[in-house]
Amino acid sequence: MKTSVSLTINGKPHEVAVEPRLSLADLLRDELRLTATHLGCEQGVCGTCTILIDGEQARACLTLAITTDGADIRTLEGFADDALMGVLKDAFHKKHGLQCGFCTPGMLISSWDLLKRKGRLSEREIRIAMSGNLCRCTGYQNIIRSIKAASDSWAEMSADAPEAVR
Amino acid sequence: MKPAPFVYHRATSIEDAILHLNDASVLVRPLAGGQSLLPMLNLRLAPVDKLVDLGRIAALKKAEEQKDSIRYGALLTHAAFEDRRVPDASNGLMPFIGSQIAFRAVRTRGTIGGSISLADPAADWLSTIVALEAEVVLTGVQGRRILPAADFVIGPYMTALEPGEIIEAILVPRRPSSERWGHYKIARKIGEYAESMAIALLDTARRTARLVAGVTDGAPLVLQNSAREIAAGQSGASLASAIRQELISSGRDFSPSKLHLHCIGCLRAIENARSS
Repeated sequence: MKTSVSLTINGKPHEVAVEPRLSLADLLRDELRLTATHLGCEQGVCGTCTILIDGEQARACLTLAITTDGADIRTLEGFADDALMGVLKDAFHKKHGLQCGFCTPGMLISSWDLLKRKGRLSEREIRIAMSGNLCRCTGYQNIIRSIKAASDSWAEMSADAPEAVR
Repeated sequence: MKPAPFVYHRATSIEDAILHLNDASVLVRPLAGGQSLLPMLNLRLAPVDKLVDLGRIAALKKAEEQKDSIRYGALLTHAAFEDRRVPDASNGLMPFIGSQIAFRAVRTRGTIGGSISLADPAADWLSTIVALEAEVVLTGVQGRRILPAADFVIGPYMTALEPGEIIEAILVPRRPSSERWGHYKIARKIGEYAESMAIALLDTARRTARLVAGVTDGAPLVLQNSAREIAAGQSGASLASAIRQELISSGRDFSPSKLHLHCIGCLRAIENARSS
């Protein structure tokens, strides 16, 4: 039996009818065609389905859509005009932080949340914090370099013009 | 869709949840944070006919300061401890534990009560609440009862929870401010389930100590003889031998490598407590 769920996705209100067993990831991808959220392991290990639920990073594959009634969801599509995400994407581009790109949506959202919460970080801190995101191209060195570069430039931008980056 | 079909009920209160969980005609499971249950549903390893979602019960998400203890609602997330959004009764041990469970995206959803009720031997909170001498508040159709953490955990994935009963809260006594803690976790990869985990509590002012070894093949082991040796100031080879001996005589079936891991984990936790 389908149940109606109201939620905000990337700032837009949605009302959808879902089966209890439908994951948030499947709702986003299959029903709403928001395909930036990727699905790898579907058991919470690989991190490529990482999104924000009420401002906190979470696994879309380990969240039942029906439990998100009233929630505010943000997927990579919802970061198009975000300043920090711009810095991260730029860094991933310059430092070759992606190869096939499958893990990239999760890498970007996890690192966005990390930099928002923690600011400037050491390489070791980034490695520990990003351990929940797998890259099967094994491009970890460049991913860490990208996030480190974004962390440094974001910290400098925040120091130069704090109002512009908030 | 990965899981098999099931019926869903969003519980509005603790009473409502218990009412729906006590339905003998179907296989009912409570849903807390879902970070262990959802993978099991996705893999179709955990059968369920009806899921009772506890996620909207506000009473389960509160932390209350009491005179000698803090009452942590079962639905508080690991991230709530990590971010220190709840008061701390443990001189920083609980915020630390909350900060190193799995990954941030799991910590924002996974809950202390969910973790303890599953009683995975590798669960961080399980060893932690046993080390802190916490109590577990259970509630069901028969009413409320309170069990010491060590009596709540019976074995691997086995607890004192009766069918239809849920964890309401975890009562953690305020640890003395003179107490120091040390922790050591052995895992192949950050965020992975641990192979061994030890917590040492040391109070040189009161001459007391506590040592708990987790990720054993059952409930966390409280090593009382070793704790006495620690409190008496023992170290080095004699302490290592005491820990090893106590692990062997615990009756658990440790392989030589696992025994070695637990010994090393305990010794490093003690070292961390002494140097903190």
